[in-house]
Amino acid sequence: MKATKKKTKKETETLSKKKPETLVDKKGIRLDGRKLDELRPVKMEVGVLPNADGSAYLEQGRNKVLVGVYGPKEAHPRHIAQQDRAVIQCRYHMAPFSVDERKSPAPSRRDIELSKVIREALEPAVFLEYYPKTSIQVYIEILQADGGTRCAGITTAALALADAGIPMRDLVVACAAGKADGKIALDLMDTEDKIGDADVPVAYMPNLEAITLLQMDGNLSPDEFEKAINMAVEGCKQLYVKQKEALKSKYVVEEAEE
Amino acid sequence: MTSPIVIRVKKKRIIELLASGKRTDGRGPTDYRDIKIESGVIERAEGSARVLLGKTEVIVGVKISTGTPFPDVPDTGVLTVNAELVPLASPDFEPGPPGEDAVELARVVDRGIRESKAIDLKKLCVESGKLVFVVFVDVYILNHDGNLIDASAIAALAALMNTKMFKYEVVDGEIVKKPGYTPLPMVNYPIAVTFAKIGDKILLDTGLDEEQVMDARLTMTLDKDGNVCAIQKGGGSGYFTKEEILDATKTALEKTEELRKIVVKG
Amino acid sequence: MPVFYEKKQLVVPGDLLAEGDYVSGDSTYKKNGKIYANRLGLVDYNGKIVHVVALKAFYVPAPGDLVIGKIVETTPGGWVIDIKAPHLARLRASDVVERSFKPETTDLPSIFDVGDLIITKVVEYDRTRDPILTVREPGLGKIMRGQLIEVTPTKIPRVIGRQGSMVGMIKKETGCQLTIGQNGWILISGRSPEDERLAIMALRKIEAESHTSGLTDRVTEMIIKERKSLESN
Repeated sequence: MKATKKKTKKETETLSKKKPETLVDKKGIRLDGRKLDELRPVKMEVGVLPNADGSAYLEQGRNKVLVGVYGPKEAHPRHIAQQDRAVIQCRYHMAPFSVDERKSPAPSRRDIELSKVIREALEPAVFLEYYPKTSIQVYIEILQADGGTRCAGITTAALALADAGIPMRDLVVACAAGKADGKIALDLMDTEDKIGDADVPVAYMPNLEAITLLQMDGNLSPDEFEKAINMAVEGCKQLYVKQKEALKSKYVVEEAEE
Repeated sequence: MTSPIVIRVKKKRIIELLASGKRTDGRGPTDYRDIKIESGVIERAEGSARVLLGKTEVIVGVKISTGTPFPDVPDTGVLTVNAELVPLASPDFEPGPPGEDAVELARVVDRGIRESKAIDLKKLCVESGKLVFVVFVDVYILNHDGNLIDASAIAALAALMNTKMFKYEVVDGEIVKKPGYTPLPMVNYPIAVTFAKIGDKILLDTGLDEEQVMDARLTMTLDKDGNVCAIQKGGGSGYFTKEEILDATKTALEKTEELRKIVVKG
Repeated sequence: MPVFYEKKQLVVPGDLLAEGDYVSGDSTYKKNGKIYANRLGLVDYNGKIVHVVALKAFYVPAPGDLVIGKIVETTPGGWVIDIKAPHLARLRASDVVERSFKPETTDLPSIFDVGDLIITKVVEYDRTRDPILTVREPGLGKIMRGQLIEVTPTKIPRVIGRQGSMVGMIKKETGCQLTIGQNGWILISGRSPEDERLAIMALRKIEAESHTSGLTDRVTEMIIKERKSLESN
């Protein structure tokens, strides 16, 4: 007699992880050796999926993000089509093995919210009005997560859209700043975000100097918030340089093969 | 998964070439495309592997947690296999819960691991009837260019072989971690090979083009001793004759040994 | 009036290309007197026109274009065709059948059925409605045999070459028939699979090196070399 497959109870209390004492030491160095205004090491690559119309892969610290873009193509189902513009269908999704405790592949409420704000971060950049009644599908897969995945997702998605040849006003790049141990810090990783006091993700169109995503949770004074948003925008500008390199490097490789 | 519309002249061409024993990419009927295996690609997972079979790309992540055992097997760890045909992998995959293709894929991979007793699940018992380890195997298809089953089975095996569990001791019925890791206890190494039938020709490792015109497929999973531990016929409304199936079993013996060497050697 | 890049430099979406009395050409847009790139590609300045030759872009139909399409649906009024554009295209039954045809008695699928490939021409397209196709001219119609290859549509001019020089050379050296769709779909029909594979290799080389010069000669060389090594095996 086989038991029916029911959910097994987890006893995670017995497997608690040790929490770090401080996030930032006296010299202003963080747990992973970074300074307060330092980004995690970043690697970006474009055109990595043969089937997708456009694709990109990004690593930022321990974050690993893969994005595939399809379209513009006929909107499906029909009722989502807009008469005067294309619609972006965006899905932010985390692989079950991407986090410490295995995550169910079914979309959580967080996944749904993030899918929406990410879509809204990308929309201002895309010339949607050129392709009425079509849809552009953006699929963001987080293969490994360590804090700041919505920002990493946006940065990667913009690369994938550009790789697909979809006309854009500007690239979109995203970065978060937050507060850890009372200090404003750039690009919080998961431990810092969980234990820290605030997180401010920002998405930015660098040439148009426009902010297309802004969220905040935690507790910040108006001064701290100003410092955080400035720091996040600076982080975006640094990531933008890497985005351009990634787009151009594919072409340079072709040239080198002559 | 929506079925793509097959181009008629493409199907004609594949069948014409097969009549003279040729495949569109020049392979022989039992040749596999280039296989590339990378282990440990997701450091935060307990085990992982990325496999490229031609242009088909699969990542498998293994996560281990604890839970209660099934009542009928109180001293055995739990194995769960799940597969996602994520939409970025193919224009024909749609977002949403696993459809019948994803479920079949997961269950065929699961059967191979379970029936070959690849993992020594008895060693995953902490306290009989109360606490065991649960092994989650999640198959993630990243690019679909045919033969997802064989690619996924290879990736799952490589990921399990890459899996490390923390060392622990039981104190007052609770798990206390000790420093160090121990590999997941593996005792067998199942390999799946999938035969496709197109007209009256039988092929291994179909590319996407070939898969779109096949009449049926037959997957056989063999363990390290050449014993058959799982079989699945699927992939269309065609059929196999008994002779074809028995022939396939012989080819499977040879082929799984070849593939196993690639995976187990690392 | 400033321009910010040199000819043939690589630009990304959002790069400021020029400011002042300029006209916005392909893959660019104008805002507040400034011209920006909207795709990844090579910028070029032609008098007052600033444009970008995109490295990769999907096909946007234009009337007069010869394209290859795949029938994806038959309807009482005709066919729906995938031409790898943002919209599906339509071929009206009246384009193929006598004007006085009766939908109930004419068997449209027997003319073109789902899964067939056709060589066709774009008649009409404005972005708000589906592109309309025709098969009325000589050389258009159902494809009966051959291999379909997909190439980025922006590279098609290079595949054709100046006055057809590149495609003419491939035809001559491989003995294959090539039908080139502006939508990036190319039909190859050769005397043997090996001949067809040579033609495909040539197309892939052109796609990868389309921005370089002396390409026609290098592709010719490659085909001759490959053929020699095939023959010696």
